[in-house]
Parts: sequence; structure tokens; C-alpha cells
Amino acid sequence: MNSLIFRTATNVILPVMLLLSVVVLLRGHNEPGGGFVGGLLAASGFTLYGLANGHAAALARLRVPPIALVGAGVVAATISGLPAMFVGEPFLKGLWFTLDIPGYPGGIKLGTPVLFDIGVYLVVLGGTALMALTLEAYRDDAAVGG
Amino acid sequence: MIHAALFILFGVAVLAVPLCRLLPRLGPLVIAAIPLVLGCWFATMLPAVGAGEVIVAPMNWLAALDIDLGLRLDGLSLMFALLICFIGSLVLLYASAYLSYEQGLGRFMGMLIGFMGAMLGLVLADNLIVLFVFWELTSVLSFVLIGFEYKRDAARNAALQALLVTGLGGLALLAGLILLGIAAGGYTMSAVFAADITGHALYPAALVLVLLGAFTKSAIWPFHFWLPNAMEAPSPVSARRHSATMVKAGVYIIARLHPAMSGPVMWDDTLALFGGGTMLLAAINAARQTQLKKILAYSTISSLGTLVMLIGLGASKAAAAYLIAHGLFKGCLFLVAGAMTKHTGLKDPDRISGLLRTAPVLATAGIIGGLSMAGMFPLIGFVGKELLLKAGLHHPEWAVPATVAAALAGTLTVMAAVMVAMRPALAKASEGDLDSRKRLDPRLLVGPVVLALGGVVAGLAPTLFAEPLVGAVRMSIDGGELPEKTELRWLKLLWPATLATYLSIAALIVGTLLFFARGHYRRGLAFVDRIGPLLPERLYNSSVAGVLWLAGFVTAILQNGSLQSYVRVTLGVTFAVCAFAFARAGMGNAVDVVLSDVTLIDIVLLLAIVVGAVAAVFQKTALASVAAMGATGFALALVYGLYGAPDVATTQFAVETLIVIIFVLVIFHLPKYLSVSPFWRRAADGVLALLFGGLMTAFAIRVLGGPGPETISSFYAERSYEEAYGRNVVNVILVDFRALDTLGEVFVIGIAAIGVYTLLRLRAPKPEAAS
Repeated sequence: MNSLIFRTATNVILPVMLLLSVVVLLRGHNEPGGGFVGGLLAASGFTLYGLANGHAAALARLRVPPIALVGAGVVAATISGLPAMFVGEPFLKGLWFTLDIPGYPGGIKLGTPVLFDIGVYLVVLGGTALMALTLEAYRDDAAVGG
Repeated sequence: MIHAALFILFGVAVLAVPLCRLLPRLGPLVIAAIPLVLGCWFATMLPAVGAGEVIVAPMNWLAALDIDLGLRLDGLSLMFALLICFIGSLVLLYASAYLSYEQGLGRFMGMLIGFMGAMLGLVLADNLIVLFVFWELTSVLSFVLIGFEYKRDAARNAALQALLVTGLGGLALLAGLILLGIAAGGYTMSAVFAADITGHALYPAALVLVLLGAFTKSAIWPFHFWLPNAMEAPSPVSARRHSATMVKAGVYIIARLHPAMSGPVMWDDTLALFGGGTMLLAAINAARQTQLKKILAYSTISSLGTLVMLIGLGASKAAAAYLIAHGLFKGCLFLVAGAMTKHTGLKDPDRISGLLRTAPVLATAGIIGGLSMAGMFPLIGFVGKELLLKAGLHHPEWAVPATVAAALAGTLTVMAAVMVAMRPALAKASEGDLDSRKRLDPRLLVGPVVLALGGVVAGLAPTLFAEPLVGAVRMSIDGGELPEKTELRWLKLLWPATLATYLSIAALIVGTLLFFARGHYRRGLAFVDRIGPLLPERLYNSSVAGVLWLAGFVTAILQNGSLQSYVRVTLGVTFAVCAFAFARAGMGNAVDVVLSDVTLIDIVLLLAIVVGAVAAVFQKTALASVAAMGATGFALALVYGLYGAPDVATTQFAVETLIVIIFVLVIFHLPKYLSVSPFWRRAADGVLALLFGGLMTAFAIRVLGGPGPETISSFYAERSYEEAYGRNVVNVILVDFRALDTLGEVFVIGIAAIGVYTLLRLRAPKPEAAS
């Protein structure tokens, strides 16, 4: 898929998809979305980028190794369950508080489920990107060899 | 507050690697200081616990399953906590001199301190299930510690053997603990102690299973073989020292459950028999070994047998005193042995000599530890051995066999102690031999010296900590009130002399004489190697080989590598099972399918799905099939979107996109198909597919007619915003109501991704080719 149009397009599409994926992730609590879909969107972005520019370029854009994202996500999701235990609630019980921001009426509601969802996002992004980019590595190697 | 100790240890375990990398000199010392501080904190509890107090700290965990993370500190727990923290701190300090960061010091310290956290959790847990969780954690961490030098075969094999033996025992223990919980009507210690377990119908089964778990963990015959192998593995000495800690977990659980499980025939006699047998057999074996590690390994097994036997004989005082004594002298000797090897480069104690000249501090600590092991007064080891002999002599039924076994084992232990500690220190060495010795890092000396001094202090000043501790432990093991008086004065045991005293002194003399005849002893027992003392180990090896053969056989049949047959089997079995269930239950009050409700857009989407599916079947190339299947998927996603499930729809869109891309990437490597299967095969597959599709349709119709879904959705819809502050019910269910399920799935995704990655990497081209 060595197409100039495709490559140029993915350059633009990747940041847009990443931004979209974060929006989808964060609005998930009240509107359709969430960590799972968000992670899939972001992974699709990198997968497309890898198809156009090669897996090495996609890994470079990702900066962090996908396997580390998986680890970070698992840790984040697990940690999000711990604060509840310190206040005498069972593991993973959601805790909420409001972050007051001057000039932003009502403030921002934050809670441990947000961290949990971020963990899901990271695991899905890392896991999917890991699989897809490894497969792309095969294709790129074959393209070089043949 | 007790919980904080656990959280601190596990927290430090996670931070150990970065800490050792950032602060190569200070980091390991900080890590070693943490268990010391915790140990001091536990020591401040001694007056209260020594006075008979039991401190319970509740904590909520899985309330729905009646499992809470409550901790419980009584005499037995405190004794183990002190041993774990103080000896652990010394071992960590020792390790920091033994390994460099490049050799994996950070990793090692993290694993070791995590292991200490697991041990601490195990001895503090108030709940049987929580206890089991920590028990398994010690098995797993022990696996990685024994296999620390994972690039060497011997270390990996020993680690695997330890994991399989203790893991199998762990499964038995889990079953035993569950039976115990059922018999007691609850999983907390107080419930277990309050119930009449011995009279319950499940008692014999629970007893066998619990003892199976304890015996495998504590290396009691016939499960003893993994411990010498684990200690022989090429790993840092402190990794072996940890095994000596972990094996006490089995003793702990026996002592912990003793008040509830003790019954004259089954429990007590089993413990006495297996414990005593292990004590004697291992002592015989220890004295004929020629390597430091192996002598200490077998003598540790002998001590474990002693402890188990003492609990079985009901001699709680002797057991508690011996536990302290053993912790101090064996800890000391392990560290001395490691430092000796580091100092001289030799592993055979018969070849190490002149240590008193080149390493006086180490040699002195070793001698004191060895004397305590041999049972020399006024050290704590003497008190332990004396009480052991007395316990044997005064037992109403087992007096003769127990005393004979204890005296024999004691004599051979003296012999082993002289071999390990005295000879290397005192024997004369030639000058040339001394030049090649390495200077000892002072950190290698702290542990041996402190532990040797501990043995002296406990012996000379028993009121300082040994007596209150032993008193509180007796209360835990006997399960009654605090005993009025617990006296451990060595002079009282020595004078006026009793039969036990004479036996003890005879053991010292005969053991020392036997040492000089060790050549004859070893030759005389050489036949043991031939007739197979390792019969249990052979049994273990052949069963492992058998399991592997069976696995290979099953894999060859089920995992034959043909994706088509996997799909066929999966669909076929699912269809058969569900069709059977349907045939029995009928359609029930299935929902009525009203065709007039169908709208135009439904028909359009349905057509798209059907056309996509049919097209996928009749394409000439795999790529076109995948594209057609993608069209089906997108049409399906539109159906979700149309009928009020936008979350499912967007997810389906994203998944469909990725599946098409991944399929394309995979197909790149597959042969062009359609020439592969003959027509009849495809026809049969088509029939199976249609049957399965029909079943799913029937299933959907049947389920929609049931009463379930409405109540469930309204339950979540009502509570979503009020309790979890989210308007998107689907998301709230995923991240809040059913978060534990999602967490499990998150782990599954992670593991699956790593699995796929590993499989692909196995056959991936070299990195050079990729660039």
C-alpha cells in the first residue's frame, strides 16, 4: 500500500483519530463512548498509519512500546480500585469528588472509574496495536525481502 | 495499622527496581531498613501480645463473598512476623553485598521483599481464603526466586519442581480450607476455633487435604525432595535462605489450625509419625552430604520434621522454643555458609579451613551458630533441644520411639553442625591456600553476627523476649488461655540433671566423635544412593513425564493446527449441546414475531447483511471474502445504532474495521484458497453454519420472550446516575457496577495480546531484516 495519498492522509488522520479517541474516552460516562471504544479508535489510527508508512514509523509515532501500554493500563485499572479499600469500601467501588476550577461553573467531576476507564483505554490501545503492528512487521519484512 | 505493614512491603517491592537503579549505593540499604523498622514496630506489640492479647484489624474486601482482609496478631503470628521482618532485613542487607545492580539486584530485592510481604500476609491473615491467597503468592514468588538465574537449566528445573510440588499442595490446601470453612460455618479464624470441627463429617477429608498442603510446603516426607534441589540451584544464597523461610509456612498452618483440628488419632498421630520420620531420615541424610548447601538443606528438613512432630505430640512449649532457636541458628548458618563460599570459592566444608585466621568475625559467628544448632548450653539451641527430648520422654504413648528418634537425630545434627561450622573455622590450612581468599564485604557479616548474638541473648536472658513470645505462642497452639508460667532458663534444664540432660550431653559427645568418623559414615550409607532414597522424586519425575505425554497426545488430537476443524468442532459441539437443551425445554413463552412491525429500513439492512454473507461464501479470493464479511458487520452495527445501542454500534464499527485490517494482514501469508476444500466438505460446512445460525435465531426469540431483561435493565437504568453519577448506563455497568468483571477482561486482553505477540515473534524474521 505504497500510496502517496494514503500516506499523506494518515498523517492528518492519525492526530484527529487520537483526539477523537480521547474525547470518546472521556465523554463515555454520560454519552456513548468509553475506554474500550476509545482504545479501539486510537489503535485503528496507529494501525492505519502503520499500513501506510510501515510498522516502524507507527511504533516511532507511538513513542511508547505497545506492550508497556498494556502493562500501564492493567496497573492503572488495578490501582483505581485501591482507594476505596482505604476508606473501608470494597475493592473497585467508585469514589467521586469535584475538582473546582475558577471560571468553570460546577467544576469537573472526577472519580476512580475515570482512571479505571483510562486503564481500559490503554490496555485496548496497547493490545490491539501490539497485535496489528506485529502483523504489519511481517508484511513489511516480506515486502523488503520479496 | 497492621495492614500498613503489608502495603508498605508490597509498595517497596514494586519500587525496588527503580530505587536500586537511581540510588545504586543507598537504595538497597533503604530497602533493607524497611523490614527492620517494621520488625521494631512489631516488637513493640510484644508486651501486649505476651500478656495474652489478640489484636484484630478488620478490613472490607469481597463482602459479597464473605471474604474480608482482616488481620489477626496473636503469639504465633507475632513470632513469625518478627522472624520474617528481622531475618528478612538482614538477608536483604546481605544480598546487597552479594549482587550488583547489573546482576539484577533491584529485581532480586523487589522479589525478596514481595516474598516477605506474602509471608507476612500469610501469618497475619484472619480469613482462610485470604491466607490461601498469600500462600499461593509465596509459591509463585518462590518460583521466581529459585529460578533467579533463569538462564541456567538447573535453576529453572528446580524452580519448576518447587512450583509443581507446592502448587499441587496448594490446590489440596484450598480444597481443605473450603471444607474447613463449610464445617465451621465461616472462614474467619474465630469461626473455625469456635466450631466443633473434629466432630464434623467433613473433618477427615479436610484434615487429609490440609496436611497434604502443609507437608508439600514444609518439605515433609515424602514431599521433601524439592527443597534440596531448590537450594542446590545456582542462585544467590539469600534466595535459598528464603526457601528456609517459606517452608515454615507449612509448620505455621499446622500450628495455626492445631487447636481446631487436633484429635487424638488422626491429626496428632499423623503429625508425630510423619514429623518424626522426616526428622530422623533428613538428619541421617544431612550428615552424609559433602556440600554446605546440601547439609543445610537436609538439616532444615530435619528441623521442620521436628517442629511438626512436636506439634503432634502436643508439646507447644518445645515447638515454640525450637522455632525461635531454629530461626536464629539456621538463619545465621545459611548466611555464614554463603559468605564462606564467597570468601574461599569452595563449597565443600571439608576443604575449607583456617577461617578463624582469615575471617575471624565470620568464623566466630559460625561457631556460635553451630553450637546453638548442636544444642550447646547456654545458647537457645540447648533449650530447644532439651525441651524436645523432654517432650518425647513425657509423652504417654510415643515416649520410646519419639525419644529414640529425637536423640538419634540430635546426635546427627551435632555431627552436621561440626562439619558446617566448626571444622572450617578451626582446621589448620596451608599458607598457599590462604592467599587466594577474597576480602569480605562488612554487609556480609552483619547478618551472621546479629543472628549469632540473638541466639546468645535468647539463651542467657530468656526473660527479654523469648519467654513472653513462647508463652504467647503456646496460647495460640494450645488454643486456650495464656499459660501461667513459661520458663526457658537453661540452668534449670541442666541442673538438676534428668534423663533428657544426659541424652543431650551424650548427643554432643557422640556427634562430635561421629564427625571424626564421617568417612566411614558416608561410605556405610553410600548404598542409600543406590537403592534410591529419592523414590518419591522418581515418582514425581515419572508423573511429570506422564502428564507431558498425555498433554502431547491430547494436543495432537485437539490442537491439530487446522483452523477449519477448530471452528467445526466449536460450532458443532455448541449446536449439539444447545439443541439438546432446547429439545428438553421447548420454546417456552417465546416472543411473537410480528411481521407488520418490520420497517423499510429493517429490510434494507437485512438485505445488506444477507448479501454480504452470501457474497463472502462465494468469493474467489480470501481478501474479497473478508471485505464482504466486513460489509455484513457494518450493516449489523447500523442495526445496533438504529435500536438504541449506540455504544455497541460504535464498538462494532471499530472492531469491524480492525478485524478487516488484521484479516488482510494475516491473509497476506495464507495460501489462496477455494482450491483447498472439496465440494462435499464445503456443503457440509454450509449445513453446519445454517444450523448454528438457526439455533442462534431461535435462541434470541426464546430469550426475548422471557421475563429477565426488563427488570435487569431497569435496575441499572434507575441506579446509574444516582449511585454512579453517569448517564451512560452501558459505560457505568462496565466501569462501576461490574468493574471487577471488566478488570478481569482487561487482564485477559493484555495476556492475549502478549500471547499473540510472543507467538508471532517466535517465527518473526530477524530485526535486521526488518529495518
